Amino acid sequence: MIDPVAGTARRLDVLVEDGRISAVAPRLGPRPGAEQIDCRDCFIAPGFIDLHCHLREPGREEAETIASGSRAALLSGFTQVCAMPNTEPPIDSEALVRFVGRRAEDAGFARVLPVGCCTKGRQGRELAELGGMKAAGAVAFSDDGNWIEDAGLMRRVLEYAKTFDAVVMSHCELTALSAGTANEGPVSTRLGLHGSPWPAEAAAAARDVMLAELTGSRLHVCHVSCAATVDVIRWTKARGASVTAETCPHYLALTDSSLETYDSNFRVNPPLRTEADRRALLSAVADGTIDCLATDHAPHPEETKAAEFDSAPTGIIGFETAFALLYETLVLKKHITLPGLVARLSTVPARILGVTVPAVVEGAEANLVVIDPEATWTYDRSQVASQSHNSPFLGRTLRGRVKATMLGDRLVCTGHRPD
Amino acid sequence: MNFPHRHLLGIEQLSRDEIVTVLDLARKFREVLDRPIPVVPALRGKTVINLFFEPSTRTATSFTLAASRLSCQCVNFSLAASSTRKGESLLDTCRNIEAMRVDGLVIRHAVPGAPHFLARHLRAFIVNAGDGAHEHPTQALLDAFTLRERFGDLSGLKVLIVGDIAHSRVARSNILCLTRLGARVYVCGPPTLIPPGIEQLGCEVFYRLDRILREVNVVNMLRLQTERMAAGMLPSTREYRQLYGLTRERLAGLDPATVIIHPGPVNWGVEMDYDVAELPQALIMNQVKNGVAVRMAVLYLLAGGQEEAT
Repeated sequence: MIDPVAGTARRLDVLVEDGRISAVAPRLGPRPGAEQIDCRDCFIAPGFIDLHCHLREPGREEAETIASGSRAALLSGFTQVCAMPNTEPPIDSEALVRFVGRRAEDAGFARVLPVGCCTKGRQGRELAELGGMKAAGAVAFSDDGNWIEDAGLMRRVLEYAKTFDAVVMSHCELTALSAGTANEGPVSTRLGLHGSPWPAEAAAAARDVMLAELTGSRLHVCHVSCAATVDVIRWTKARGASVTAETCPHYLALTDSSLETYDSNFRVNPPLRTEADRRALLSAVADGTIDCLATDHAPHPEETKAAEFDSAPTGIIGFETAFALLYETLVLKKHITLPGLVARLSTVPARILGVTVPAVVEGAEANLVVIDPEATWTYDRSQVASQSHNSPFLGRTLRGRVKATMLGDRLVCTGHRPD
Repeated sequence: MNFPHRHLLGIEQLSRDEIVTVLDLARKFREVLDRPIPVVPALRGKTVINLFFEPSTRTATSFTLAASRLSCQCVNFSLAASSTRKGESLLDTCRNIEAMRVDGLVIRHAVPGAPHFLARHLRAFIVNAGDGAHEHPTQALLDAFTLRERFGDLSGLKVLIVGDIAHSRVARSNILCLTRLGARVYVCGPPTLIPPGIEQLGCEVFYRLDRILREVNVVNMLRLQTERMAAGMLPSTREYRQLYGLTRERLAGLDPATVIIHPGPVNWGVEMDYDVAELPQALIMNQVKNGVAVRMAVLYLLAGGQEEAT
């Protein structure tokens, strides 16, 4: 069993009764009538928290629903996921936050933690009712998909969010520089793709971290993709600002050289960057500059992704491949340990949100995953749990897999679909 | 014949020998074009469709004539009347066209990689007639053909491409094609129109025309789109002409052996003064004529024409 706080792994058995952990001890032995899960050669760890995903409901139910997305998340080890508010309509009011929470409860898979908009309608013009949304269960605020261009308004958002000790998640993108669809550089030049250069992200992040320092507010930088943004975050942390950051599996596993085929499943925003950026991100995860890992799970129906590169929407699905890609790129390549990876997927994001830190201890709610580090599996189209299939990793053979996930009395196992 | 490709998506996929295969075959077709009846039955019974999602007169006409001179049926897809205006996707449009039994699609599209995308999803052969700022392989082949006509072997030939390199598919395809044939390629333009990393394609970059103009054997001028001024990439066409135009003054100092080519259509008075049109070393009309022969060779190779083509 992995203890991500202590950074250790020990051989223990876990007994769960009525959704709670009733015993954690060596050699508990079988209990009469209890269902046993064979975890030999596997690790038990706290359930994962995804700080960044798109469940598309309300408005784009042909791509994903709260039910289909939260089921895919649970099957992938994520017991809690933060749903970004860029839906149609955007989640910018108390009523809409309640709607998201209720749909997730009705579905009964992963717990969905709603993120509310910073500004009304996600328009970047007027402050949204953060208080009402917080009361309804919003765990954080973000205009994700849009950067708040008005620096004065962003300052007010950060200040106002302090009332609720809420973290503001920023999608850093200077749109005047980011009109392109690929990282600007030799690859975009050769492929004739319009370029989006790294300062589009790093300069936007630089402004936001300065405002976070000025206001003393909590800022979380979303989906960091380039080396310069890593330097910005390292700089602001050294100055003492309350800034955290995430990156995503695809930025650790892929570079812009994947764009050769013009396959729109490699079109993400921010775009895939260079090998030097990828290496900087790996180091930044290892040294803690980048605090945690998030999927940016972004489902799109096939008919919209089956298009020429520039016309296809940005984003890829990410729950189901997240653990294996992170295990391969970070743990097997010896940048961090497996307990270190578990921490960056569970305890660290919990602390960023200020929610209960999941732990496999006696008396706690069952909130755990069973990881099979030796599993070799192929991400096959027919097995995709998400309603959409837009993954660049389809057909790829991966190492490491979440074998089972437990949240309260919910138990799902890979290969066994929950009802 | 050494041409193991189902599609012509770009010069990038072609080896030196494969480029030479196309050019040598084009020479035979060039002879056909000078006959009293410039038609051969090589592709009788085949059908290609020109799908031009961007306006074009000379390239579309050139492909149409190339097909008809091979006795291949050619249908032109009119953008204005197309269903893409009704919101149909590119893939659906092309699948429908393919279902009507065409052997090949000649496609021009504003999005780079659009022909590559279609090649993955369709059975018909695809000819890229220009995809965004990516490639325009038949233009590069006809330019190489035209230069071979004049210089023979292109090894060591110095070619300067001048203008909006960033938005030019002709520049990219020509850099690849000419370097594979042994030429040395230089590009010149304002830094706002030079894309990052272009030298990795195998060329050398200059920002000042007068530092390189007199050193080269061939000047390949590019068309300057007036949209570039609106986008703030250049202050005016006047200043562009002064800094990068083939003006009367520059022509006066140029070795008459220096050849001038341009993919057309020319913005006279911007990238070139009209005096160029009269110069014997301007090969612009040869390029246009050779374009038909080169496109005949490409269609012949991809449509699987019978041996004894001519």
